[in-house]
Amino acid sequence: MPVTLRSMKKDQKGVVVAVNASGELGRRIRDMGLVPGTEFMVVGRAPLKDPVALRMKGFTLTLRNNEADFITVTPED
Amino acid sequence: MSKEYFVAVSGQPNCGKSTMFNALTGSTARVGNYPGITVDRTEGRYCSTEFCANLVDLPGTYSLTSYSMEEVVARDVIVDEKPDVVINMLDATSLERSLYLAIQFMEIGVPVVLGLNMMDEVRKKGIRIDSHKLSELMGVPVVECVARKGVGKDELMASVKKVVDETQGKWTPVNISYGHDLDPVIDEMTAMIKKAEFMTDRYDPHWLAVKYLEEDEIVMKNGSKAGPLAAQLVKKVAEVSAHIQKTLNTYPEAVLADYRYGFINSILKQGVISREDNLRFDFSDKIDLVLTHKFLGPLIMFSVMYAMFYITFNIGAIPQGWVENGFGWLSDTIAAILPDGLLKSMLVSGVIDGVGAVMGFTPLILIMFAMLVFLEDLGYMARVSYMVDRVFRMFGLHGMSIMPFIMSGGLPGGCAVPGVMTCRTLRSPKERIATILTAPFMICGAKTTAYLMLVGAFYPENATTVMFFLVLLSWLLALCVGRLLRWTALRGESTPFVMELPPYRIPTLHGIAIHTWDRVWQYIKKAGTVILAISVLMWALMTFPQLPNDRIATYDTQRTQIIHESESWVGTNQEKQIKLDKALSQISYNQGEAALKNSYAGQLSDAISPVTNIAGFPWQANIAFIGAFAAKEVFVSTMSTAYSLGDEDPDNALSLSEKIAADKAWTTPVIWSVFVFLMVYVPCMVTVAVIIRETNWKWGLFSVFGSLGFGFGLSVIIYQVGTLLC
Repeated sequence: MPVTLRSMKKDQKGVVVAVNASGELGRRIRDMGLVPGTEFMVVGRAPLKDPVALRMKGFTLTLRNNEADFITVTPED
Repeated sequence: MSKEYFVAVSGQPNCGKSTMFNALTGSTARVGNYPGITVDRTEGRYCSTEFCANLVDLPGTYSLTSYSMEEVVARDVIVDEKPDVVINMLDATSLERSLYLAIQFMEIGVPVVLGLNMMDEVRKKGIRIDSHKLSELMGVPVVECVARKGVGKDELMASVKKVVDETQGKWTPVNISYGHDLDPVIDEMTAMIKKAEFMTDRYDPHWLAVKYLEEDEIVMKNGSKAGPLAAQLVKKVAEVSAHIQKTLNTYPEAVLADYRYGFINSILKQGVISREDNLRFDFSDKIDLVLTHKFLGPLIMFSVMYAMFYITFNIGAIPQGWVENGFGWLSDTIAAILPDGLLKSMLVSGVIDGVGAVMGFTPLILIMFAMLVFLEDLGYMARVSYMVDRVFRMFGLHGMSIMPFIMSGGLPGGCAVPGVMTCRTLRSPKERIATILTAPFMICGAKTTAYLMLVGAFYPENATTVMFFLVLLSWLLALCVGRLLRWTALRGESTPFVMELPPYRIPTLHGIAIHTWDRVWQYIKKAGTVILAISVLMWALMTFPQLPNDRIATYDTQRTQIIHESESWVGTNQEKQIKLDKALSQISYNQGEAALKNSYAGQLSDAISPVTNIAGFPWQANIAFIGAFAAKEVFVSTMSTAYSLGDEDPDNALSLSEKIAADKAWTTPVIWSVFVFLMVYVPCMVTVAVIIRETNWKWGLFSVFGSLGFGFGLSVIIYQVGTLLC
């Protein structure tokens, strides 16, 4: 069942289903390699719970919660 | 040595590109700026026995869209300067993402050599990369490298030579398939472009078609000027876009990116990588568990900042002392050689003292930047902005804004000059300018001196509390003004925080040295030119017009008179001498005060007093504010001159404090009106010069007049409301 990236918990794994952002944000997300089919794991959140850090494709990516809203994912189990 | 090759070195951020560039060019690297923007342009030379190459280091980018200045620059260098080869450095530990940029270079058509960097780390992780296979499938040379150790640099250049020999300057753009939805449209558009010869002198037709589908702002803007075909292309894109949105619920741009990654994946899956490393925790993640921990993270962050601050201003004070002593010696020597007069006064007070005060900061800037570059190259700065982003976003700023604030005096004693220069780490223009404009509100070292003097005078009982309150106030004002600017002059969406937390890597000494020296050198050049001019101007303002002869004569008469009178004083010779010296210096002080009041600066102070009276500034503060534009340290020395103490040593401010405390003009509203004005009113001239350098004249002027207006407004409110209440 697809959910938004924001609702993922720490240490949870998932796969990107869709990136619904267009323009600058969408381009930035895609340039970093967060495209449909990408496997990732939430590795941490900043001390104030936002931004969130993801482990994917051999590196760590951060983005804000309101940016994570544009990303639909399927959580693993 | 027939041909000089022109080679561009490119790569994604943190891939070790600059390390390799430094290894290739050695000490020949020199840094300039791309015309009109603050993106660094580093160039250098590489020579082997067979050939020489001129290298340019492109700014690190993830992609070649026109999203950021760096990307535009990287693309323009390729398109306009037509390098013979692009060396594309890749972080082999995240190969998939790294190849994304390589694919885009190949689409433009420029010959590419891939440098697979960090192969040592790859091996350590137990991943195997078949670079021959990769080279075969991509159709470009691939060289395994370890940039930090210089491994692979000569092989890279050998490949460059081979590629140049083979291609003979001919570009062959790679066309990858974008699927059945887009490929027909791209072909159609390519044909249209070819037929109309639409910008084909600059771009490859196929590439141009793809850029139109990506709705690349710069290409489209150039296109609309180039000819009527632009409108047709835009229409075509709109049709496809509508279709794709209806059928696939996505955008052409996203489809293009998906196919590029698909292309990369299809290559990697043909046995290039032996084992996936996707979600494996590595050493950096373990460090992050501590360094970005909920409680420990912020604690460590503040300690690191405090340590940087401490090292800069305590260790830095030693070489700063040497520089200042050097200028002091120079000033004494010149004072001894030259006869009294205007020339001497100008050289000593204007040129040497003015430039010397600025050059004194050089060691501080050097140390501060060396540490900053270290922390940045280490990967820690990305963590800091990750941690504070939530707070700064509330004020319309970016997580990266914290460093400039700290450097500028967020911990009192900093300096806005390196602070503003630190803003280079901010990539988004609006948030960067908002930070540049507000960082000078912080309590820098020079303001600290002035506050210590004033607080010591008015609140001797609660000095620490008041100082602490002032620091909080400066943060509050900076953040609120940041918010205000982002609502008004710098309105706009906040920049996405989509960024990489790079793995921790110990930076090379060579890299740190190059980056640090470059910034310091630019600062020194500034001190030698703009600042020299302004400090001579300030000197002239406080010196001319000189007192008329008859008034000087009056003081001379007083002197003769007192010497004459002293003969009839009672007491021992020694007592008489002390009394006489005191009386004589009193006359000199009076003369100094009269000269200051008579000078243009003094007249200016008189002229503006109707305005400044609204904010309640005493005339001494008026003139001190004018002088303090040159450097905030001048506030204390001008106040002491104006209070006829003559002792211009800011360290010896106690007697000045007493004198000011005794002055009835300083009521509580006046004190706070002056406090706030001093905090905000204008950055000092060095900072303004740096702001202009980092942005442009327009923002420099805005910074001066904007903060002047804002500071004055606040002071008026404080004084008027305060006076009503008291």
